[in-house]
This record gives sequence, structure tokens and C-alpha cells, in this order.
Amino acid sequence: MANLRARLQKIPPLWWQAGLLTLAVLLPLPLSDYYRSVLWRTGLYAILGLSLNIIVGYAGLFQLGHAAFYALGAYTSALLNLHFDIPLILTWPASILVAALFGYLISRPILHLRGDYLCIVTIAFGEVVRLALVNNIFGITGGANGLSGIDRPVLFGLVLRSPIHHYYLVLFFLVLTLFAVRRLENSRLGRAWMYVREDETAAEAMGIDTTRAKLLAFVLGSGWAGMAGALYVARVPVVSPDLARFIESVIMFCIVVLGGTGSIPGVFVGTLGMITLPEIFRALKTWRDAWMGVAMVAMMIARPEGLWPSRRVRMEIRGEE
Amino acid sequence: MQQLLQQLINGITIGSFYALVALGYTMVYGVLKMINFAHGGLFMWGAYVGLTGLSLLVAWVGQSGPGLIFPVSVLVIVTIAMIGVLVERVAYRPLRSAGRLAPVISALGVAFILESLARNVYGASWKTYPAGLVPSGRIVLLSEARVSLMQVMVLLISFMLMALLYLFVYRTRIGTAMRAVSLDHEVSRLMGIDVDRIIATVFLIGPGLGGMAGLIVGLYYGSFDFTLGWSFGLKAFISAILGGIGNIPGAMLGGMMLGIIETLGAGYVSPQWKDVIAYLILILILIFRPTGLLGERVAEKL
Repeated sequence: MANLRARLQKIPPLWWQAGLLTLAVLLPLPLSDYYRSVLWRTGLYAILGLSLNIIVGYAGLFQLGHAAFYALGAYTSALLNLHFDIPLILTWPASILVAALFGYLISRPILHLRGDYLCIVTIAFGEVVRLALVNNIFGITGGANGLSGIDRPVLFGLVLRSPIHHYYLVLFFLVLTLFAVRRLENSRLGRAWMYVREDETAAEAMGIDTTRAKLLAFVLGSGWAGMAGALYVARVPVVSPDLARFIESVIMFCIVVLGGTGSIPGVFVGTLGMITLPEIFRALKTWRDAWMGVAMVAMMIARPEGLWPSRRVRMEIRGEE
Repeated sequence: MQQLLQQLINGITIGSFYALVALGYTMVYGVLKMINFAHGGLFMWGAYVGLTGLSLLVAWVGQSGPGLIFPVSVLVIVTIAMIGVLVERVAYRPLRSAGRLAPVISALGVAFILESLARNVYGASWKTYPAGLVPSGRIVLLSEARVSLMQVMVLLISFMLMALLYLFVYRTRIGTAMRAVSLDHEVSRLMGIDVDRIIATVFLIGPGLGGMAGLIVGLYYGSFDFTLGWSFGLKAFISAILGGIGNIPGAMLGGMMLGIIETLGAGYVSPQWKDVIAYLILILILIFRPTGLLGERVAEKL
């Protein structure tokens, strides 16, 4: 076992990455359209998980209203397309900007809150966004039914309509996200986030601008959730306030924590557990949530640090090298 | 004036529901420093157990009346308290030393289980309580506002329960031990307090009260469905934070405030926006007084 592990570790990371990417590209080819959309959903929630991981995993800020930014991105894309006839692809930057702007406006006044108090404020903001969408704010969000009749995205003359197109679109953004968060994780900012997470007072004493670090975590994480929202609209031409439901935020939160906070492979394990497997076992219908709950409790008892934790967190909880 | 008085009465009634549920959140937070997301589910199960108990009893006795409520309340409190202790034993106790995130996920998992069970056992449709349990009379107050007998009963029960809890926590040995545990587990253990037993007691009382609140909400509104746990639980949780989480009088105050703010918002601004108003006030209070209204300032670490 140890021998195998040592051998596996000798393989250069680039090979691993190339291998996984090839697998991800080839995987949907033999599958039916249903499983291709399961893969699409997996990719989408992996992007959402990675974006929330910046806030919860790296900076250690309890964010239980992430779905609000996802919804904001989706609505931005939908509204720009419906009212101004802007092709979907061109609305994507706007989705990111709007979600990031809201992330800034919302987090700015509450950054001094710690732990559970921050968590409750983010829940409240999430609900405010959802209720504002339900109540048809400014008369543009279409109320509880949401908006429909959004165009299909067109990429270099190709209209993206089948599940496989959308899967590759999401895969492209997933790879982009992975590249970005890996760079972030090891950057000066990433190390500052982790310092803030471990001990905010000490971080401040070492000269880290903690407010700026936390603000950047919120803005980047929220903005990228907005991008995921736009990707949702690219596949499903209907948006409704359901996107911002509290349970969606809970699922995203679980994706990050279940696999191990602050760990990139952990996000994928979490997505597999919270999205992919429940989708595949859809036949179990209503009992699915109960099993998901049982699995969540059992996994936390067996491995409180998550299934694939980052090395730092594991050392902290288990006290081992 | 009449409208204001009427709104206040309705607000206090709804607020007392929030307060009863909020007590469960706040007591658990006090001793374990964790948000018990499963509490909303336990509260909802109180409403369902009450439904089963009342329906069976009405069928057995052959007629409906306020006398049936008492035995069913005992049933509800005992059942939900037992489930509460079981949840703590199975899902939370093994995670005592596992940091702060693992218990949250475990609690969310329990919440999923409770909701899914309710949906499978009782179905996804709206459930209605048997009619005629509470006489439908009204009392005219100050010649202006009206209080229904239902509201009188609801308020009496809730205030009685809260008063009992207050006396229990502040006047008995177990209550004192509970407050000690909420301050420091280690030192309490050194003082000869069985911390595990105290925590189990908290999980007996909190869910018991929450279950009773479920029964009262079922009686008051007459019908509900399996989403009750999340929606109502979230509001009650907000009440607990509003008053300062971990603080028992705070939860009562927070619940009342949220109820009143909500009904006033619905009455004077717009019923559609009442929840938004409640949430915005919560956010404002937390921005300017980050530990809630009655919360003590403690150094918190995530």
C-alpha cells in the first residue's frame, strides 16, 4: 500500500492533470443524455463549491446565503438578454460584476461579525434576495414564476442546445476555475486568507489587512457564483426565485464542508456526494434526502475533517503529521 | 389605535411561537456553541405527532373538545424530547471535539432526515387538525381590539412554559449546572458536574418545548405541511440571534420582537414584504449590536 502510494506520488502532477482532463472530456461520450445532464450539474455545482470554498474554506467565513449570488448572476444574464437582446455570452461578464458588486455591498458592513453571527446575516441576506425576486422587485423579475423565453447561447455560430454542448461549456469553466483557485490558494492573498481563518487577531498583528482579505474573499467568491448562475441560464432558459432558496445554499455549504473545508479535491468529493449520487439515485425519490442525511451524519462521525481534507485541517483535527 | 392594538396582540401571539422554538436553539447553543439546525425539524415533528395524537383521540372519544389538548401535549412533549436526546446521543456527542463545522453538517443531515421522514410518513400535502378543539369565541379588549379564545389559550400556554423554564434555569440546581456548563465545560467538570448529563437534559427540554410549540402552531393555524420546519425554524433561529444567542430571556424577547415587527410590517407596509422587513431589521441590529440585544460580549472564534 505504502509502496503503491510512493509510486503514485512519483508521477508528475502534470500527468495526473492531463489524465483527469482526458477522462472528463471522454466520459460523456458513451453516456445517455440523462447522464450527460447529471455530469453538467456536477460540473456546475463543482464550480459553485469552488467559489464558496474561497469564502468558507480559505477565509473561514460562514456563508450560508451563497445561492443568492448564483441567482443574481442568473437573473442578470436573463434580464439583459430579454430586455436588451444582448447575446447570452456577452451578458456573462455582467453577471460576474453584478454578483461581485452585491457581494461587496452586502459583506462590507458585516465583516466585523464573527462566526455564527456572520452566518445568520448571510442567511438573512439570502432570504431577502429570494423574497425580493418573488415579490417582483421593480416589476422586472417576474415574481414567483420567474422569467422565461431566454435565448440559447451561440458560440462561434454554434447554437448550444444539447446536454453535451453544455457539459463541455461547464467543463471549460471548471478547468478555468480550477486553474484560478489553485493559483489563488498559493498566492500571497491565499496565505493571508488561511491566516485569517486560523487566527484573525494574530493575522492582524502580523500586518495582514484582515478586512481587505475577507472582503476580497467575499467579492471573488460571490462574483464566481454569479458566473455559475449565468452558466445555469445557458442551459435552462428559465430562471425562478427557487435558485436562491435556503436549501440551495445549504447544499453548497455541505459540498464545501463534507469533502473537507479548504480542499480542492474535497469540493469534488462533496459534489459527488451531494449532487451526483442523489441525481443517479433519483429513483429512490423521496427517500433520497433521508439517505443523504444519514450519509452526512455518518461521514462526519467517521471523518470529522471531511473525506478529502486539506493537509493543514487534518493535522489540526487529528493532531497527526 | 384600534388597528395598532390588534396588530400588537397578533404579533405577540406569533412572537410567542417564535420564542418557544427559539429557546431550543439558544439553550443548545449555550451548552454546545453549535447551531442545532435539526431543531426546526423537531418542532415540525411536534406538529405531526400532535396531529396523529389528536386525530386518534378524537376518533376514540367520539367528540372533539379542548379537554383533548392536555393528554396530547404530554404525548408530544415526551416523544419529541426523546427524539431530541436520541439525536444528541447519535449525531452530536461523537463530534464534541471535532471543531465547529462537523457538528453543523451533522445537524443539517439530521434536518434532512427529519424532513424526509415527515414527507414519507405523512405525505407532501397540507395536513389539517381536527375541528372544534378550541371554542371559537372572542373577547373584546378595551372596547376596541378583539382577542380570540384561541389566542388567549396560546398565550397562556406559552407564557406558562416560558415562566417554568425561567424558574428551572435560574432557581434549581440543574439549572445552575446548565448555566455553568454553558460557561466552561472543563471547569464545570472539575466542580463535579456531569457535563454529558446536563447536555442531555438540555436536549430533553429544548426539543420538548419546540415540540409543544409545533402542537400549538398546528392548533393555531389549523394546517401545515412538511416545509414548516425550515421556514418556521429559520424565523425562530433569527429570534434567538436577535435576543443574543445563548441567552434565555433574550430568546423570549427576540421572539416577541420578531413577531411584533412582522405583524406591524404586514399591517402597515405590505404583507408581501413582511419577511423582508423582519430580515432587514435583524441585519441592522446585528450590524450595530453584533451580539444581539441581550447578548454578552464574548470573544468568539470560528
